[in-house]
Amino acid sequence: MSALLEVENLRVSFPTRSGVVEAVRGVSFTLGRERLGIVGESGSGKSQTGRAILGLTPPHATVSADRLVFDGIDLLCVSAKERRALRGKRIAMVLQDPKFSLNPVMRIGDQIMETLAAHGRGTGAEARRRTLAMLEAVQIRHPERVFRLYPHEVSGGMGQRAMIAMMLVAEPDLLIADEPTSALDVTVQLQVLSILDKLVAERGMGLIFVSHDLRLVSSFCDRVLVMYAGRVVEEIAADRLHQSQHPYTQGLLNCLPKLGQSQHPLPVLDRKPEWAA
Amino acid sequence: MTDALTISDLVVEFDDFRAVDGVSLSVREGESFGLVGESGSGKSTVLRAVAGLAPITAGTIAVGGETLGRTRSKDFYRRVQMVFQDPYGSLHPRHTIDRALAEPLAVHGIGDAEQRIVKALEEVGLGTGFRFRYPHQLSGGQRQRVAIARALILEPKVLLLDEPTSALDASVQAEVLNLLEEVRRKRGLTYILVSHDLAVVTHMCERLLVMQHGKPVELLTSADLAARRIETPYTRELMVASEGFKRGA
Repeated sequence: MSALLEVENLRVSFPTRSGVVEAVRGVSFTLGRERLGIVGESGSGKSQTGRAILGLTPPHATVSADRLVFDGIDLLCVSAKERRALRGKRIAMVLQDPKFSLNPVMRIGDQIMETLAAHGRGTGAEARRRTLAMLEAVQIRHPERVFRLYPHEVSGGMGQRAMIAMMLVAEPDLLIADEPTSALDVTVQLQVLSILDKLVAERGMGLIFVSHDLRLVSSFCDRVLVMYAGRVVEEIAADRLHQSQHPYTQGLLNCLPKLGQSQHPLPVLDRKPEWAA
Repeated sequence: MTDALTISDLVVEFDDFRAVDGVSLSVREGESFGLVGESGSGKSTVLRAVAGLAPITAGTIAVGGETLGRTRSKDFYRRVQMVFQDPYGSLHPRHTIDRALAEPLAVHGIGDAEQRIVKALEEVGLGTGFRFRYPHQLSGGQRQRVAIARALILEPKVLLLDEPTSALDASVQAEVLNLLEEVRRKRGLTYILVSHDLAVVTHMCERLLVMQHGKPVELLTSADLAARRIETPYTRELMVASEGFKRGA
């Protein structure tokens, strides 16, 4: 499998009043056309890793890496303009909450058509046709109706489907999904995931799935990176997660209450300073 | 055994929208009772109606045998306290932890605030080092501990918990759930816990009510749920959903 994305020693740091905070400290991985999960708690640097790949790190932060190559393009030395051309067209990102990441004053259909127009993948009637087809592909039952709605008029699950439609309509090669289902109900979560799963498989995309939910990620992805304090502490095949070696991964798995298993009190994570070293 | 809380045929309407439609339940003293459902199922509204934060359109709510009217007495709030979902939103951003904890004491005219605040902070595992900090200087889990301390400082009998851990990381959730269990054991509290997470509710509660579209769907014990003795398709659906993603499903 040829690598779609190569990341070597990625670092993201933020200058603050009390010194430099290193959010990501030397993350390396390669990604083919597969589903990779990145798991960690808040502050582990998982989202910043995804954002750095897309070039969405805030301007006051510094990003450095030994290698950051997407499909033969060195992302570290491309211009902002080239970066913009990649973003949305070849690398796309689904964000956590559709309430905040869709444009509230623009109809859903127009937002999706805008994506197409921005990347020169069709305008006018052609764009409209493709948008409606895409809305149908994310299992929206009345695409014509949803096309005309504003984001506040749809439910969370519907909004998230619209966002996935918007991200996939330009047919990117790599999709980064940052907690795409955390704002949704459990039952809706699974629907959205199965849509995502199907589209990723059909179109042969690479997927980076960022989440705090280790169990969800392991049931969805092929491979999982577990991050702690800005580093990858363990990389493991998703189906072998129960054989994980690192105490942090085990701790994350064990601290969840499980149906049909009573455990009082729940085991808590005993954080060791050497994990962050 | 007496009932700490009895709800019969509760209806809550907001204008034309019926958020809760005929919910009845009774919670025994010292019991932990769960309400489960998706967003919009009315589970939080039931809790808010008990606390007096949502209007009771029809039906009755009785706490400790006393039927509640339109308003709640001070005495009610000494017996019943609530912990909200979002620890970022439920603490005043410009009040120190000390002030947040002193306020309920002042409202109820309870003396020796000093000692009580120290004790409350200790009980939730924070220590006095946090006493004069502001909420933004605390992590989400620590803030939720403050919210629990604020509820406990009045020594209530019933605690209404509205998704107390869904804004927290899994590892922090475990800590807060353990704290809640420990406090309940020590003080013999009655809990009503609202959550969308079946696993959390089964872990914390003895019995639970599944709700959908404002209506009760199924009342069952945690043991039944764990053993999958489920009657209704909706509960089964929730159960499957909580087990994670399955390809081809």
